[in-house]
Amino acid sequence: MNSRPIAPGSALERRRALGSLLGVSPALLAIGLFLLVPILIIAAYSLMQANPYGGVDQVFSSEAYTSLLFERQLDDSLAFTDSYLIIALRSVGIATATTLITLLIGFPVAVWLAMQPIRRRGLLIFLITIPFWANLLIRTYAWILLLRGTGVINNSLLGLGLIQQPLPLLYNDGAVLLGLVYTYAPFVVLPIYATLEKMDMRLLEAAQDLYAGRLRTLRKVVLPIARPGILAGAILTFVPCLGAMIAPELLGGGTKLMLGNLIFRQFSDARNWPFGAALALVLMAAVMLVLMFYAMRTERLRVAREGK
Amino acid sequence: MLPLFKRRRLDIQHFPGFGGFSFLFYLYLYAPILVLILYSFNANQSATVWTSFSLDWYRAAFNNQALRSAAGNSLLIAVCASVIATVIATLAALGTSRGARFKGMRLSIGAIMLPLVLPEIVVGVATLGLFSSIGLSLGYGNLIIAHTVFCIPFAYLPIRARLEDMDLSLEQAANDLYAGPWRTFTKVTLPLLMPGIFSGLMLAFIVSLDNFVISMMVSQAGTTTLPIFIFGMLRMGVTPDVNAVSTLILAVSVLFVSLSFLLGKSRT
Repeated sequence: MNSRPIAPGSALERRRALGSLLGVSPALLAIGLFLLVPILIIAAYSLMQANPYGGVDQVFSSEAYTSLLFERQLDDSLAFTDSYLIIALRSVGIATATTLITLLIGFPVAVWLAMQPIRRRGLLIFLITIPFWANLLIRTYAWILLLRGTGVINNSLLGLGLIQQPLPLLYNDGAVLLGLVYTYAPFVVLPIYATLEKMDMRLLEAAQDLYAGRLRTLRKVVLPIARPGILAGAILTFVPCLGAMIAPELLGGGTKLMLGNLIFRQFSDARNWPFGAALALVLMAAVMLVLMFYAMRTERLRVAREGK
Repeated sequence: MLPLFKRRRLDIQHFPGFGGFSFLFYLYLYAPILVLILYSFNANQSATVWTSFSLDWYRAAFNNQALRSAAGNSLLIAVCASVIATVIATLAALGTSRGARFKGMRLSIGAIMLPLVLPEIVVGVATLGLFSSIGLSLGYGNLIIAHTVFCIPFAYLPIRARLEDMDLSLEQAANDLYAGPWRTFTKVTLPLLMPGIFSGLMLAFIVSLDNFVISMMVSQAGTTTLPIFIFGMLRMGVTPDVNAVSTLILAVSVLFVSLSFLLGKSRT
């Protein structure tokens, strides 16, 4: 990094380190003040009483965490309720299904991209990134045009005489899944492509010389090389899917909730800020666990590859 | 390259079916967007059957006062947030990629990436919690602060990438010619870094313009942004003017991403 060798610990070196620290400090200040401190604040909120008009009353209460799993009866006793557990499990289920489907779709596309002539690749990659930058709300809305009762798909099928009644394509878990896969497929293609791009093509030749068929080459040569990319793509899909809000709201019709919608509602209609804050912390903890797992796996892969 | 070698290469690198599958994938990516664009030019009121070409919905969108003010709000917030975030991100990138390593550098980079890693809804809830607890109610200011924070990593990444690609020997040459650190920075480093800075600025700008979840949590009456307004329209039901507005926003995003892409690639 240094432009010229400087003895470590020298005055000049210390001055440069100070300069670096100064450069980073505005970013750290902004993120500390407006992201880390706020997280501590909502952690405090989750332990307070809900104000029925929104906000919190500054009285200690563990009600928010109790109501994750229990419902308070009229006689003030607690009864187990699984309604929020079901929403959490649905979120994990939908996020898992989305991740698996995007991997199944993304892997062949990434392999194909990596085999294209280098001159063509730039444009092909760019075409994959464009929808990723386009407004998520609008991209999800576009699926309503295709899926609804009088949408493009139903109208075409009716016109062809293949069906008599419009199919109920919209407002179910399938539609949510479709929208999420659509959103996150580029997140899977790009990291897998990035790992395959650097692949030594002579490995494929070697596999063929040793009489490996194409399927075997894919499984024994390409797949192991793509593994870090597959892992990264899976994380990039799974983590945002857990907290997804737009797809369940628009394509799920807002009745089959996921964690993201549930949290949002505590701050809009339900006006139960402490519960919303507790849910947000639970979601954050889940995300952190997944990321820690990812960090450990990549470290293991790196050690396995480089031998320490 | 020998023709024989080339043919052999093509042979091994061809996985049958993958090309067709990839073609379908591109179709899947673009079909909904193309349908949306097509319908925005449809004369039919019901937005389901194609009748004839028309610009009526664009006219309706332009004449919608509430929509125009939401677009104005979005632009104002995006310009302020992306400029502030880019300045902060440029300093941070210089700090992490130039000059000496310091204690906690990896932790600092991790902190800069945090808005990218956390689910948007968590960032939104946390920011709302902060503003309500200190009673901060600056109108646009609240949204600009919230947007600046999540724009920082988007601006930081392309700037850092550019810095790490840059040839250090030019800065060394400037040093050897007795340019002081400040002169080297303004005359050599900064001009070379400009494409990266612009690239980061564009990305931060679109990310701010497109943000819905965090804006929705933080915005107060009177500071409705464009995505919030569109969400409200969608809740009312699908009307063709939504298609027109959406197409316009898509066009703006594509324009800025293309610019960012071209600038990021340009070699000086």
